[in-house]
Amino acid sequence: MTAGRQATPEAIQARPNLIAQLLRARELSLVLILLVLVLGTAALNPRFLALGNLRDLLLNVSIISLVVVGQTIVLLMKHVDLSVGSVVGLSAFLTGSLFVAVPGLPLPLAMLFGLVLGAVLGSVNGLLVAYGRVPALVATLGTLYVFRGLDYAIVHGGQINAGNLPPSFLSFASGSLLGIPNLVLLVLVVMVGFGLYLKSYRGGREYYAVGSNAEAATLAGINVTRRTLTGFVLSGAIAGLAGVLYLARYGTVDANAGSGLELQVIAAAVVGGVSINGGVGTLFGSGIGALLLGTMGSALVTLRAPAFYQQAIQGALLLIAISIDIVVARRSAKKLQQRSRG
Amino acid sequence: MKTLRSLLGWEATILLLVVLALLAGALLSPDFLTSSNLSFLTANFSEVALMALTMTLLVIVAEIDLSVASTLGLCSSLLGVLWSAHVPMPLAIVLVFLAGGLAGLINGLLVTRLGLPSLAVTIGTLALYRGLAYALLGDRAVADFPAAYTNLGFGTVPGTSIPIPIALFLVLAVVVAVVLHATSFGRSLYAIGANEVAARFAGLRVERVKLTLFVLSGLMSALAAVVYTFRFSSARADNASGFELGVIAAVLLGGVSIFGGRGSVVGAVAAVFLIGIINGALTIVDVPNEILTIVTGLLLIGSVLVPNLLTRFRAGQERRRTAQEVNRVSPPLG
Repeated sequence: MTAGRQATPEAIQARPNLIAQLLRARELSLVLILLVLVLGTAALNPRFLALGNLRDLLLNVSIISLVVVGQTIVLLMKHVDLSVGSVVGLSAFLTGSLFVAVPGLPLPLAMLFGLVLGAVLGSVNGLLVAYGRVPALVATLGTLYVFRGLDYAIVHGGQINAGNLPPSFLSFASGSLLGIPNLVLLVLVVMVGFGLYLKSYRGGREYYAVGSNAEAATLAGINVTRRTLTGFVLSGAIAGLAGVLYLARYGTVDANAGSGLELQVIAAAVVGGVSINGGVGTLFGSGIGALLLGTMGSALVTLRAPAFYQQAIQGALLLIAISIDIVVARRSAKKLQQRSRG
Repeated sequence: MKTLRSLLGWEATILLLVVLALLAGALLSPDFLTSSNLSFLTANFSEVALMALTMTLLVIVAEIDLSVASTLGLCSSLLGVLWSAHVPMPLAIVLVFLAGGLAGLINGLLVTRLGLPSLAVTIGTLALYRGLAYALLGDRAVADFPAAYTNLGFGTVPGTSIPIPIALFLVLAVVVAVVLHATSFGRSLYAIGANEVAARFAGLRVERVKLTLFVLSGLMSALAAVVYTFRFSSARADNASGFELGVIAAVLLGGVSIFGGRGSVVGAVAAVFLIGIINGALTIVDVPNEILTIVTGLLLIGSVLVPNLLTRFRAGQERRRTAQEVNRVSPPLG
């Protein structure tokens, strides 16, 4: 950043575009904060970097990171999806029940089931927002209740335990490839895939266009209504898949599974630089945001912060992160203005 | 004029639904319309009702406060800690109000001074204030509040069966309604919510107004905390957790637009009663809780969806009629 401030306009133009972009990226400051956090914690307690601990950390973050993919897409369109926690819970329980009913169910089919279920639930949100013109906050707050209510009604005080799940499913959940847990790999694949889609494909760019200025997007020939519907369907489908992973990770699922997840997911996206006002943000940022929040939690445990203080500290750190972010963003906007004037 | 009429229409609809819910409850069970049952079921939603009043004001200026229930938990824990440290009750209550006001002030400063979106800020303080509640009280509970105070929580106004918290709520609702609908401060909220830039150019102190509203919201959560703590005679860190969604659901169902600039106290109050009465009616006939959750969600969605669909249907009819008229006056060529 210091180099950028001193450089003359000619120097900026001469610099390779990629490096300039990297330096300006807001994600970079997040990566730095993450590094400081990890190294600082490791200096105080070297066991933080133990393989087992890192593995647990990644597994804990993986579900949030997955759900944040869909949430980012929705946030980019200047909407929000508050129902994801309920979708995760419903999908986790129903997939578990499916395993109880069909013990030999192959893993890909279970995932497909979660995806389809999530897509159906997401399409309810999408239809309400895109065709019913219900504001997303209202529609998804409503479906948060409805889906959770359905979950309670279906679960009816029951519970799915690891004992109900086939061994093949559990071994996938605890297995790993080249030392990286399977669940983490799966989430990484989804993140990278959607990251590329949002960055370089027409459909992906349309989400940014819709969120920046829906009217202009319409005039540019984008079918905003259909794009909005697709965004919510994707968010739902990804949350449905996350429900299957939730079942795999925890083994035990009751009617409260995933409740409150929506706020953590939105927090991760916002910390990762995704704007609530639409059109701004990347999946890389959201992923780092989720990792940062998860690492904070894990660091607090490693440093033996009293259990009752952890939530308060996390809340305070979240506020500090978004405050720093807006100050930095404003400063760089000002710099851009000065540069274009000079 | 048109918006005014449609607004009145929505409030009338909600009030009608309240009456229908009461009748349906009476049909479902003869015990429903008894004063003791009504007293019990209205007392049950007094905290949500109180917080909905200030939430209405915030949503009208196009802001939101998701931290209300966490502030309630924090204030309730503080009341418990102070009481168990033998602080005299009046002083403890004053300190609790200070804490609530401070919590609101922090929200307001982050929103107005830093320009952060209130949704993001109050998600953060939702975690922070609930966390502070746990830091204060852990998983302990303070329950030995003096009867003189807990009676205020679950007692009724002498000579009637109106619960004291609900009487308090009704008085405050009238105050808020008068302020919102009959003072220049209240009218300025609509101006800010409808078009913040225009409001600023018109000389309104947008930041100061918003800051005031956030502080009021914090104070109201403190009041709700005192009511909750005395009503259950229990101060716990997890008191009222999750209530924020119920408060927002009530306000939106009451016809307050999430985009700001529209809504009324009457609508919000009627919606609070509607949700409370439906829940009460379903509870008395042993409908399980999960159905109540679904009903709340459906009401919330329906409150926006149905008017939208009606408007679109009417617009379609209008277009068809105009088209017919045009055809009659000047038949299509060919």
